[in-house]
Amino acid sequence: MFYRETGQFKTNYADDMAIFPIRQDRIGIAIIIAIALILPFVASDFVLKTILLPFLALSVAVIGLNILTGYTGLISLGSAGFMGVGAYACYKLTTLFPEVNIIIWIFASGFFAAAVGVFFGLPSLRIKGLYLAVATLAAQFFLQWAFVRIPWLFNYNPSGAIEVPLRTLFGVPITGPTAELEVKYLICLGFVIGMTWLASNLVHGRIGRSWMAVRDMDIAAELMGIKLLNAKLLAFAVSSFFCGVSGALFVFLYLGGAEAGTEFAIRLSFLILFAVIIGGTGSMIGSFFGTAFIVALPTILKFGAPAIGIAITGATAEKIVLMIIGALTIYLLIVEPHGLARLWQIMKQKLRVWPFPY
Amino acid sequence: MLHVSPNTATTGIAKGEVLLSVENVSLRFGGVKAISDVSFDILKGEVRAIIGPNGAGKTSMLNCINGFYFPQEGHITYKGVRRQKVRPHEAASSGIARTFQNVALFKGMTTLDNIMTGRTLKMNVGLFWQLLRHGPAMREEIEHRRKVEDIIDFLEIQAIRKIPVGKLPYGLQKRVELGRALAMEPELLLLDEPMAGMNLEEKEDMCRFILDVNQTFGTTIALIEHDMGVVMDLSDRVVVLEYGRKIADGTPDVVKADQKVIDAYLGVAH
Ligand SMILES: Nc1ncnc2c1ncn2[C@@H]1O[C@H](COP(=O)(O)OP(=O)(O)O)[C@@H](O)[C@H]1O
Ligand SMILES: [Mg+2]
Repeated sequence: MFYRETGQFKTNYADDMAIFPIRQDRIGIAIIIAIALILPFVASDFVLKTILLPFLALSVAVIGLNILTGYTGLISLGSAGFMGVGAYACYKLTTLFPEVNIIIWIFASGFFAAAVGVFFGLPSLRIKGLYLAVATLAAQFFLQWAFVRIPWLFNYNPSGAIEVPLRTLFGVPITGPTAELEVKYLICLGFVIGMTWLASNLVHGRIGRSWMAVRDMDIAAELMGIKLLNAKLLAFAVSSFFCGVSGALFVFLYLGGAEAGTEFAIRLSFLILFAVIIGGTGSMIGSFFGTAFIVALPTILKFGAPAIGIAITGATAEKIVLMIIGALTIYLLIVEPHGLARLWQIMKQKLRVWPFPY
Repeated sequence: MLHVSPNTATTGIAKGEVLLSVENVSLRFGGVKAISDVSFDILKGEVRAIIGPNGAGKTSMLNCINGFYFPQEGHITYKGVRRQKVRPHEAASSGIARTFQNVALFKGMTTLDNIMTGRTLKMNVGLFWQLLRHGPAMREEIEHRRKVEDIIDFLEIQAIRKIPVGKLPYGLQKRVELGRALAMEPELLLLDEPMAGMNLEEKEDMCRFILDVNQTFGTTIALIEHDMGVVMDLSDRVVVLEYGRKIADGTPDVVKADQKVIDAYLGVAH
């Protein structure tokens, strides 16, 4: 297989500005989508349930945080909180208006998360870096508290949990206990493809450039006429929108029910941030690499290690996972801020010039 | 050639009239007086040099003009309007662009994206179409890409179009930064030591670009520069600052012959 751009001349700017200007890249994307469509029918239920579904649901949040942290340079530890807002909004909406299709509500729940995100993003005009991280941490704790303490959010359910009701699309159950895993997977996949497309459109245009300008040199950005507050708040809004949709997918299509105190806790916020760093800040494809890493590693360790004769308990595996992810994150922060996405680029560059070294 | 042009028609200021005037401006940082009671003006269409030893307050003066600093005393009149506290993005939308002494490019972005960012104020298709990257958003993007390609051709930087600017040598970075400022189609262009750290050939190129911009599009330029040769060649009038005060103002020949300027540059003790 040859990965070359030779002979593919761009005769107009639209072609040159395409998100995948090289034909082989476009073919590659088509193949990946085709595989993703076949996957649920060949993968075991176990793989679907423990790896593929959480991978799809979380990748939307990782893209969301990447927009905020990777593209705009603002750190947030509130991602899980914003996911929770999406999940609870979706729950309230579908129980209040059950006749509206759940897919619409999953999407709409993003707007609630966006509004909350903008509110907690307000301090970002004044504070940066570590201080902003602390401010978003406060958002995380406040939201976590609200999910537990405001019984209206979970419809006064005595268990304090969301119980995902049965909802259908064209008569086929897509949420709730009777929905097939394959169906849930395909719905999730649809969201992931759609949201990725929107995000990558956005980051390649004027708005994406203003975000990166704010990230790279905010005083010069201001001098281009970019209003810092607007750019930052828009980043918070879009980022939280993605987190909100991710949270709704996470509960409605993956978990099937959730207790906010445990699911949308600070640990998840950190994992999402680590996925952004491991995958590569400011990279869409990196977001998927990072998500795959944080989702697959625990499962591989928990079930893979005993298979090759290393006896570890679930709890130990859990700790080892955190250690590996933490160490890798620190390593990448110091050595390669563009994460796994950078390796991917190097590989593509090598392929482009192959068989020559440069 | 470059097809961008500043919109002279809308401002109503003719060539040779006062575009910007600085009146009795003083700026303090705590106890440090960076600028003391300085007045001068910039005429539409001229190249105005600001020179002086290090720490004289030249950069601070540009920062006052484009809204990074607010002078404690005095005021600045731009296009006949006396400005109250102007924010940098307001200065930008009123037609002031600038480059920085220490290159303030967007390091992680390509040359193309850096210069495209200079078009931000001229682009206004909203979030909805941006999300779809179709229709009006794509049309706008292509229209501005065309302008940016003109600037890239003008500055002879075609080969580095898609390279992240952080990886470029310093001389080229300065050139990209000029390109980004030009993309704003400014009426007043402030250049803070555009040739610092360049070799002779790069300096000559930069001089040529600056003169071209000034002569072809009538862009007014305020320029800080240390190389006296360059200043004498490029500028119509020169203002000299020393320790935050204005010590001379006039044509290059007059300023060059001024005893106070000679003392300041030869480092005579005061
Ligand atoms: N942000 C600032 N805070 C404190 N002092 C400053 C600041 N900016 C400039 N100064 C001081 O103002 C004086 C003039 O600086 P500057 O305008 O950079 O000089 P020049 O550009 O002529 O070399 C210097 O003494 C400098 O230390
Ligand atoms: Mg200076």
